[in-house]
Amino acid sequence: MKLKKMSKISRRRALCLIGGITGTILTPSFTLSKPNQLQDRIYSLTKGAAKVENKILLNLPEVAENGNIVKVGFEIKNPMVADNYIKHVYIFAEKNPAPDVAKFFFTPEMGTCSATTKIRLSKTQNVYLLSENSNGQFLMTKKKVKVTIGGCGV
Amino acid sequence: MNKIKPRVKVPKKTVFGEIIEIKTLIRHPMHSGRMKDAKGEKIPRQIINTFNVKFNGRDIFRMTLEPSISTNPYIAFPFKVKETGVFDFEWIDDNKQKYNISKTMIVSKKK
Repeated sequence: MKLKKMSKISRRRALCLIGGITGTILTPSFTLSKPNQLQDRIYSLTKGAAKVENKILLNLPEVAENGNIVKVGFEIKNPMVADNYIKHVYIFAEKNPAPDVAKFFFTPEMGTCSATTKIRLSKTQNVYLLSENSNGQFLMTKKKVKVTIGGCGV
Repeated sequence: MNKIKPRVKVPKKTVFGEIIEIKTLIRHPMHSGRMKDAKGEKIPRQIINTFNVKFNGRDIFRMTLEPSISTNPYIAFPFKVKETGVFDFEWIDDNKQKYNISKTMIVSKKK
């Protein structure tokens, strides 16, 4: 009797079930950050006020041969005076395991708003730069970088 | 393990009003917590997470670093010269270990 009941599960249904189970096991292991996670992060900072502007010069190579060391430089054409200066600059990498890469805190004493550093990129992706002005204005830009050999263990 | 040693390049003599670039480099492995060693075991996260710069005691530049920053973090930033003084650089890592270095800069008079 029991055997008969068991056999009622058709082959198609069984396959579906197996697929479903393996799917649920596998999905949590995808820990790479998705573009949505980055958009949420940007939204939490700007409250939807981000603007794309051409005041920012983002200096990145078009093709990075080694994802472990990618030189990033930026310059924002904004006066650095006490009542109007760039307060924070964030760098995000869309497809790295964690989208946050660095946060810079600037002061008017620096004269210009620019900096250079070296980052890791796991694969070909967009790099975002978001800056916050002292009077609450946001600027954002992005640039695509092709990565030949991904920075392992980012 | 290599000794962690910071290096900083500041022009010794500068002209008033000039914007100089300060270059810093520190030798540090920056383990992101995702790499595995030869035995296949995960290397725990160990990175420099903060970098502070002071000039004559005033905060002028700060940066927070995440695991996506390369090994041996290189940071360059500008500074507008107004007076003679001392730069204090400080790196802090995940064990709250601090690495410090200071540099003196002398300003010659206006051009």
